[in-house]
Amino acid sequence: MGIALRAVCLGIVLIAAALIRTPFADAEDACVDCHRALREERLNRPAFKIKNDYHLARGLGCHSCHGGDQTALDNKGQAHSPAKGFVGKPTRQGIPESCGKCHSDPRYMRQFNPSIRTDQVKEYYTSVHGKRLREGDQKVAVCISCHDVHAIRSVKDQMAWTYPTNVAETCGGCHGNPEYMKPYQIPTDQLEKYQQSVHYEMLTKRADLASPTCSSCHGSHGAAPPGVDSVVNVCSSCHVVTADLFAKSPHRSAFDELGMPACVTCHSNHDITYPSEAMLGGGEGTPCATCHESDSAPLKKAAELRSMIEALAGRIDQASAILTRAEHAGMEIGIPRFELITANESLIKARATVHSLDAEAIKTATDSGLEVAQKSLESGHNLLAEVQFRRKGLAASMLIIIAVLVGLFLKIREVDRRRGPESGDLTGDRH
Amino acid sequence: MAVVRITAWLEERIDLWPIRHFIQKKVIPVHRHSVWYYFGGMTLFLFAIQVATGILLTLYYRPSGEEAYESVQFIMTDVQFGWLVRSIHSWSANLMVLMMMIHAFSVYLMQAYRKPRELTWVTGMLLFGIVLFFGFSGYLLPWNVLSYFATKVGTEIAGQFPLVGHLLMRLLRGGDEVTGATVSRFYGIHIAILPALTTAILALHLFLVQKQGMSVPPSVERAHRGQPLRAMPFVPNFLLRDLFGWFVTLGLLAALAALFPWELGQKADPFAPAPAGIRPEWYFVFMFQSLKYIPAKIGPFDGEVLGVLGFSLGGLFLLLVPFLDKKSALGEPSPLFRRIGIGIIAYIVIFTVLGYVAPAVP
Repeated sequence: MGIALRAVCLGIVLIAAALIRTPFADAEDACVDCHRALREERLNRPAFKIKNDYHLARGLGCHSCHGGDQTALDNKGQAHSPAKGFVGKPTRQGIPESCGKCHSDPRYMRQFNPSIRTDQVKEYYTSVHGKRLREGDQKVAVCISCHDVHAIRSVKDQMAWTYPTNVAETCGGCHGNPEYMKPYQIPTDQLEKYQQSVHYEMLTKRADLASPTCSSCHGSHGAAPPGVDSVVNVCSSCHVVTADLFAKSPHRSAFDELGMPACVTCHSNHDITYPSEAMLGGGEGTPCATCHESDSAPLKKAAELRSMIEALAGRIDQASAILTRAEHAGMEIGIPRFELITANESLIKARATVHSLDAEAIKTATDSGLEVAQKSLESGHNLLAEVQFRRKGLAASMLIIIAVLVGLFLKIREVDRRRGPESGDLTGDRH
Repeated sequence: MAVVRITAWLEERIDLWPIRHFIQKKVIPVHRHSVWYYFGGMTLFLFAIQVATGILLTLYYRPSGEEAYESVQFIMTDVQFGWLVRSIHSWSANLMVLMMMIHAFSVYLMQAYRKPRELTWVTGMLLFGIVLFFGFSGYLLPWNVLSYFATKVGTEIAGQFPLVGHLLMRLLRGGDEVTGATVSRFYGIHIAILPALTTAILALHLFLVQKQGMSVPPSVERAHRGQPLRAMPFVPNFLLRDLFGWFVTLGLLAALAALFPWELGQKADPFAPAPAGIRPEWYFVFMFQSLKYIPAKIGPFDGEVLGVLGFSLGGLFLLLVPFLDKKSALGEPSPLFRRIGIGIIAYIVIFTVLGYVAPAVP
């Protein structure tokens, strides 16, 4: 047999060997294999759920939490052997420690993600949940209450219970359940209120993942309600400028003296709706009127601030509407529309400056915005005038074109009559 | 009188007799399909408008990623009648493509490509391709969101062409991505390369048309066998009718430009997501829609590559049809090629309509 033939045979054998799958190479996890076959749902469900688990994808199977021997196929005794570290189902109180075996070990966690936090368990025991768990309360949230069990997903996974858009529903699973929360005697309408808030709208409808959800204000592992004194610090972690302005206002010391929480007193907490100048003044339902008497100087000042801001907002709306009309008429409005952004910025600045109660600063912002909005409004008027000019121009052009067409029509008739419409022949042109 | 004096002045210096003789002798056949003769002239008229308005636009347009959009915005807002010039340029481009399609397919169905007009047809088809490329290159120049993504998709499709696709895509884009360099490149193609090619091929096309005269459909020839064909003088009878049509088109262009000025849209942003429901200019929609229906894989081949190859072969078929249709060359009826032509028109119309009414493909 020639060398070439031998080489071909060897090649075929090697390819066949590669194609044949060895039984142990493709073996399933013994835990998953057995539990899938069990009839009782309580026992087979984890085996099905685990296929989506973040840990499994990184080589951590059932044995990582439950111990035992995952290689002991069809051998329940060995698989569940205490000698192999089998611990079975951890108790609810033992769950934080069970997860913490890995998650609190920086050296272990570094191999998966060097920047991952490893203080969650420690932080958990500072939370209301953790404290109560230590006191023996079995109903409070533990790791698996928020992260799921057997199908734990990364926080970046949109299906995860801890993904920003899902957090409110996760917390609301318990906190929105009056029956479950009955022993604690705390409100259960937080989820319902939050779903009416501007924060919820930003997060879920505008997909702004930076918008706050429960854990943004209450913390996650160390979840606790912010106290009266710290509310302003919580809100200011995002609303930095507004918080600075508020700190300089006379309201700050007054709120402190009266023991009223900043921000929440006027804006509420879970159901924070769109703030607007309508909140200013002494009208019914305005936050100012809850503390200040009617016809008092502060209410008059609030009404004055409101009218300044409303004047700017109204002018911007007017300019925007006229520019939209011009746009619909086919005009290019890119530049005035762009300029109007500056007026809107002044409006935002004026609205934020209300927190300082500095009328002079608010006037500076509204005056500057009014100037720009007026310019945009004039641009809009000019564009609409240009639309009219174009239409008149078109009408004049059409008259000229129609006159030319009539002339041509008469000329064609005259030429046809004089020379005949079909007076030529196709000599030499018959193709 | 001035015309007579100028003609006499010229006559003393140049022998104008051949031109005068040609004008006097040139006639247009009159029959039931004569109306189709106007579309070539209409396309030429719109091309002249494109040249005139295009030259005016070059005075202000700046071909770069940084300035293209702003310069078109300047043309539309600050330049006196800039909006009118740009709108007429855009509307006229679309009308020109439409007229050119009608002209090409009417010529096809009247089998005017048959002997001895093979070269006229071939030059016409080359002009067809050039005009489409004019449209494709011009569409990017305002550098807005729609034009950016249309060019991205269009050049990607060109990149699917077997063997030379990637090279072709890089050549068109001036790099791996659609950038400001692509704008500069497309501008050069749009105002220098394509006009030069058009001038040369159009000159040959018009020379051949004048040299060979207008073709008479075989069915009309057969109906008049043995009898002289009716005809009208080109000057002034047909020319006046041409002028009439051109003025109607001019009125239509003025109305479209004044009532529906061509939008500028938002400036291109390569980092922004593609807007939903994006599609190319209407004359490319049938190809775009077809590619949507082709599966990703057909056997071992890439579906899009096969689609692009199919369109290329379709174009080649149209280019070479005078040499493939042997029957019409012999003056015999050629129903097969007629049916193919009707099929192509139906295909283009149906897929274009589908592109607008059923853009989502499951």
